[in-house]
Amino acid sequence: MTKILIVDDERDVETLFRQKFRKEVRNGDLELAFAFSGDEALRILSEDEPPEVVYVFSDINMPGMTGLELLKKVKDKFPNINVSMISAYGDTENYQKAMSSGAKEFFTKPIDFDSLKREIVGLITKK
Amino acid sequence: MNEINFITIIIAFYLRKPLGLEKTPNRWRSLFTSIMAAAVALIVIDVVSEGFNLLLMVSTFALIGTLIFMVFKYSEFHFRKNLIFALLPLIGTKAISHLAELINHTWYIRWVTYFETAEFFAFIWAIAMWILNRRQAKALEKEQQKAIIKEREYQIAAKVKDELEIQVAERTKEITKQKEELEAALEVLRSTQDQLIQSEKMASLGELTAGIAHEIQNPLNFVNNFSEVSNELIQEIKEELSKAPAERDQELIAEIFSDVADNLSKIAYHGKRADTIVKGMLQHSRTSSGVKELTDINELADEYLRLAYHGLRAKDKTFNADFQTDFDDLLPKVEVISQDFGRVLLNLVNNAFYAVNEKKLKLKSDNSAEEYKPFVKITTRRNRNKIQIKVEDNGMGMPESVKQKIFQPFFTTKPTGQGTGLGMSLSYDIVKSHGGDIQVQSEDGKGTQILIELPT
Repeated sequence: MTKILIVDDERDVETLFRQKFRKEVRNGDLELAFAFSGDEALRILSEDEPPEVVYVFSDINMPGMTGLELLKKVKDKFPNINVSMISAYGDTENYQKAMSSGAKEFFTKPIDFDSLKREIVGLITKK
Repeated sequence: MNEINFITIIIAFYLRKPLGLEKTPNRWRSLFTSIMAAAVALIVIDVVSEGFNLLLMVSTFALIGTLIFMVFKYSEFHFRKNLIFALLPLIGTKAISHLAELINHTWYIRWVTYFETAEFFAFIWAIAMWILNRRQAKALEKEQQKAIIKEREYQIAAKVKDELEIQVAERTKEITKQKEELEAALEVLRSTQDQLIQSEKMASLGELTAGIAHEIQNPLNFVNNFSEVSNELIQEIKEELSKAPAERDQELIAEIFSDVADNLSKIAYHGKRADTIVKGMLQHSRTSSGVKELTDINELADEYLRLAYHGLRAKDKTFNADFQTDFDDLLPKVEVISQDFGRVLLNLVNNAFYAVNEKKLKLKSDNSAEEYKPFVKITTRRNRNKIQIKVEDNGMGMPESVKQKIFQPFFTTKPTGQGTGLGMSLSYDIVKSHGGDIQVQSEDGKGTQILIELPT
């Protein structure tokens, strides 16, 4: 069982992910957790010691703590957790900031679920 | 006999002469000259001829009779009646004594003393009347002088009045010209103001564009994603249905169907969301319809808060701030011109975000250790027959000197080119035109609260 955390201020993202990864969740390969702000994401990660979540996918553009700030904090606290960014702003500035802060991948919105799925499936199989 | 002719000459002379304002018409003057000449001729004849001459006497009396008749007959000579009255006794007594002498000379000689006495009194009468008349004439002359002076004064006054009227006309012309110039200037100012308002609107629209793009992109992503995933779900159902009925997972099929239904309503929801944003954007750029309609202030505030946030975010990647809404769910809808009121909210929210960003930049440049969380909040409340909308931030705040000026047109603390200085003044006008009130509370360095109250 691989647990991943998706952080986005748009709540419908949860529905979308749950449908997209229905099979993987049903099979018990994947567990999905959702947070709607950076603060909530950090709270979820701190719930278990060590955290069950192995991978965080975060939106950049969120009110309050941005995805990039979250990325730094997660990398600070939990260096072993992979973090990838999902952003509507696929500009080089955001990309470079994310990469230099230790992001694993940088996905642009609208989400290309095929490449996202490959990434996640790769994660599952690696385990 | 010559006395009568002398009297004729005197009367004719006076009839020629003007008295006071009365003047003898020219056509009569020559006649009087002729009469005078005739009288002179009669005197000469009388002196030359010896003894009594009946023809001469008749001529003499006819001549003076003509004059007396004229004075009484023609109104233009009525003013000389006094003269006639003065001389008439003299003429009368003379005429009677001559007549008496002619008819009965002996009788006349006997009574001559009486005739002479009568003539004497008639003469005295004439003299007295003459003196009286002279006095009257002098008085009349004085009156005439006065009249002339008055006339002159009147003419001077009239002249002054004319001059004044000319001056007044000139002044009026000048003032009218100035008024027209001022009106023209006012017109220019008005159209400039309209242009400024329009450009302010366009400037804020420009700021919004990126936010709008983001706000439309998000729902569109959901529309695309949900339709895509629904397709996949349908595929799954097909696969499931291709199995033998006994092997089908009925529960899964039901679940997928319910998901597809959910997705379709989500597609509709996000489609509408994009639609609303585009409509709002069009509304914002359009000239105000001026029509008040029942508006959900919570919805309007939420929409513009998001637009402002994403707009700033898109413009400046480093910008970020937390925003919160604390809406009164029971807030009644109010009658507002929604484009206008939307601009007020947008302006207030933009200012709030600007203020928190400035503070963040300032702390950074000061290398301050203070942990700062930029924060903007919109609160709505119902308060009796009013609704309150509060926009607060924990940004730079304002000193008292700035606070006092923020509703003045063209007042801005932003660097040149970044603010028109019209946002707050327009907001003020819009709120006032809705019968509302706008108040500012600010603490320098700590943050600002703007409170709007609108009647329900």
